[in-house]
Amino acid sequence: MAKKTLNIIESAYRAVMEEQDDTILWLLAAMQGAGAEHTVVLRGNAVNYAVAGQGAPGLTIGGWKQTQAPHMDNDVIDLIERRKIPVFVIKEDLAARGIERGELVPGVQLLSARMLPKHMAEYELVSHW
Amino acid sequence: MAEYLLIESRDPFESNDVGYYYDLASGLVEAGNQVTLFLIQNAVFAARPSAQAPKLQALVHSGIKILADDFALKERGITKLLDGVQLAPIEIVVDHLEAGHKTLWH
Amino acid sequence: MSQKTFAIALMDPPYESENLTTAFRILDVMAQRGHNINLFAYEGAAGLAFAKQTPHPNPVHGKNVAEENHPTTKDQVTALLALAAKNGGKVDWVNCGMCVDERGVGEFVADTRRGSPADFHSFCEASDNVLAIPTK
Repeated sequence: MAKKTLNIIESAYRAVMEEQDDTILWLLAAMQGAGAEHTVVLRGNAVNYAVAGQGAPGLTIGGWKQTQAPHMDNDVIDLIERRKIPVFVIKEDLAARGIERGELVPGVQLLSARMLPKHMAEYELVSHW
Repeated sequence: MAEYLLIESRDPFESNDVGYYYDLASGLVEAGNQVTLFLIQNAVFAARPSAQAPKLQALVHSGIKILADDFALKERGITKLLDGVQLAPIEIVVDHLEAGHKTLWH
Repeated sequence: MSQKTFAIALMDPPYESENLTTAFRILDVMAQRGHNINLFAYEGAAGLAFAKQTPHPNPVHGKNVAEENHPTTKDQVTALLALAAKNGGKVDWVNCGMCVDERGVGEFVADTRRGSPADFHSFCEASDNVLAIPTK
């Protein structure tokens, strides 16, 4: 049985266009494939990853065209539905950014910042990204 | 009850988000855990007694052990610490890891 | 203190963040104490062990290469491995393969290797404790 790991992710939109992924969501998905048991809490600006309908068009620089531009909302859905990684979003951080519950992709669970300490107790490992 | 080492590398002058981490430290204590907050790198800017850092000052004597990295203090010429913040060597990170404490970096 | 095994994740590239200075100081303590270190060098950190790093002079301060003695992270990695070995600890330094490829840093110093997220998963499972040092 893999160690239950909570991953608190706050880094947002860092290198996502160049990497065509969020590097931590990607890492956790890959580790889950190797047998890990991860859970994600999105906080800070990273709560925006759960907003449905996002994604910039691929970059074009001179004759170079990006064909696989990332869509973070799809990656969150992938974590939940395909990788079976639960994804929580800190509701106070949504409110601070003016994001309504109805704007989020399905399957995301809300968590109050006040409950995060208690939530952390349920995991053997906690990493902060 | 668990023990936590929360390593804070950011300062409240450049990052608004430091308040969240201080609140997390308080929340963990309120939930019955033992918490050490270790200020490293620019986070030590908040540890001068004269710094305008009310959120850190409010944490002092709240049940959180607050330490500041001696290397970071020397690097920045900080010779006086806020009452309630103690100087500590980097070794304490490994001490906590050895003891199995959940260790987070912000 | 009995020997422990730690899993560490690094993300910062060389020369861009004080995170690495602190990280190497922590790793140095682990190595001095003879602990085993399983390190996953992810993203920019995949360049830390790049064998082709070369030090340079400092013309602003009028120092030649020898006088400047500029640090290279590859030398810090090599020194860390040597220190750990001297104290009975093992270091498994893994450079994330895709991160290496996209950065073109596929030549590493001796005793570091290419790997993948599956290695970090194995490290976490096998370790007594885990420290992830994220980038900003």
